[in-house]
Amino acid sequence: MRRSREPLLWAVFSAGGMVAALLFPALIFVLWVAAPLGWVSPPTHGQLAALLDHPIVRLGAFVLLSAVFFHWAHRFRYTLYDGLQLYHLNQLIAVVTYGVATLLALVAAFLLLIP
Amino acid sequence: MDSVTLEVQRYRPEDEEAPSWQSYRVPFRADWMVLDALNYIKDELDGTLSYRWACRMGVCGSCGMTVNGEPTLTCATYLKDQPAGPIRVEPLRGFPVIRDLVGDLTDFLEKLKRVQPWLVREDEPPLSAGEHLQTPEQLAEYKQYSMCINCMLCYAACPIYELEPDFIGPAAIALAQRYNLDSRDQGAARRMDVLSQHDGIWSCTFVGECSAVCPKNVDPAGAIQRYKVAAAADALTSVFRPWR
Amino acid sequence: MAVNPNYTPYHPKWYRRRIPIFWWARKLSYVRFISREMTSVFVAYGAVVLLLQAWTVLRGDDTYRGFQQWLETPAVVVVHAVVLLIVLFHSVTWLSLAPQALAVHLGRYRVPAGAILAAHYLAWLVVSGLVGWVLLGR
Repeated sequence: MRRSREPLLWAVFSAGGMVAALLFPALIFVLWVAAPLGWVSPPTHGQLAALLDHPIVRLGAFVLLSAVFFHWAHRFRYTLYDGLQLYHLNQLIAVVTYGVATLLALVAAFLLLIP
Repeated sequence: MDSVTLEVQRYRPEDEEAPSWQSYRVPFRADWMVLDALNYIKDELDGTLSYRWACRMGVCGSCGMTVNGEPTLTCATYLKDQPAGPIRVEPLRGFPVIRDLVGDLTDFLEKLKRVQPWLVREDEPPLSAGEHLQTPEQLAEYKQYSMCINCMLCYAACPIYELEPDFIGPAAIALAQRYNLDSRDQGAARRMDVLSQHDGIWSCTFVGECSAVCPKNVDPAGAIQRYKVAAAADALTSVFRPWR
Repeated sequence: MAVNPNYTPYHPKWYRRRIPIFWWARKLSYVRFISREMTSVFVAYGAVVLLLQAWTVLRGDDTYRGFQQWLETPAVVVVHAVVLLIVLFHSVTWLSLAPQALAVHLGRYRVPAGAILAAHYLAWLVVSGLVGWVLLGR
């Protein structure tokens, strides 16, 4: 019996959720709260450019951000499906959420992976 | 003597299109459960009230109802623990109501059968080989999931089950796990085919209410999430096992 | 009492209640659940703006500075402080669910749930420390 695609979708959702849970609080705090408020000196352009110079860093950033996009798509799809009882729109919601996530991942690839 | 009001949902399909409420004034005793109050109603006030109960001590799973909005075993819910004011008693959510406080549980029974909740063997050792031996650690693996009394409080608590009646539900999955994790069982693959479907474990969004209301600490939510991890790992590694 | 026309003695009409659209607003545990699920929108916002920030770095110093100025606008800081709180809520709820999903065995010993949770928090601490070090320390 052919099994559904759901396990793979759930695995990516899970990975994205863990990435966001472990990385985002520190990133957001430092870059968007502490630095703009002057609590710490913001990383200079030179520092970050040197960091993003390594292709491994850019690939890593692409993979992690894409996982987070798909985490949102999967979770938001189910929230709309169950939260607003939009069962008749199931196909549409799936196409839109995963479609947007794919688009965002493609944009990330374009911005980060093209030298 | 102190008394308390029970507002009980009535539904008499021969007379009404939709449920209605009926209030009863019941003695308030410190050691009475909601079930005792219902039995008082049935014995003294209104013999037409229909509801299920049996052991009155929390092991048979018959007396599950919604008390003040929460699914609970009425034989294990004290009157004195309820907030002041009338106590609302309704049937368990998620199941069609046959009459008064009695719901139809056929759906669950069908789903339970689907997960094959028995020891599945691919090979049967001869009788001369003796019994299957199991260590205490092996027993501990699945013991928690064997405590399920099929009371259906988890189904009543699960919003997904009420929204999507095809969802196989928490207890069925927990009971499937009870056998999957049993060292004597060899049927994990068969159950995976049934459970790793949209109506199986993947409808679950880990609300977690099922585990919160379970009177036996089965933790069906934990069983489902563990199963998701196993199913995802199985799906990912099946790429390397095309014969499966 | 009105006679139910759908009822016949051998086929009683079972009742199924209609589920309200905002079923989740009626119970605190469901409100908590939906709030937890909605954090994904703010997490997605975080990922999009992080991508944007990375892009401004790759574009050059001027673009990066422009983005920095936008980050420093008071309204934006307030919004991002709220986003931070919501992302923290995501982290805390996500990690609290980890022990229920993971059954870890070391030989015959089953690792207790508390230890799994502590290990996740430790990982969170270490990763956050690394982020701080990479962005600020060097």
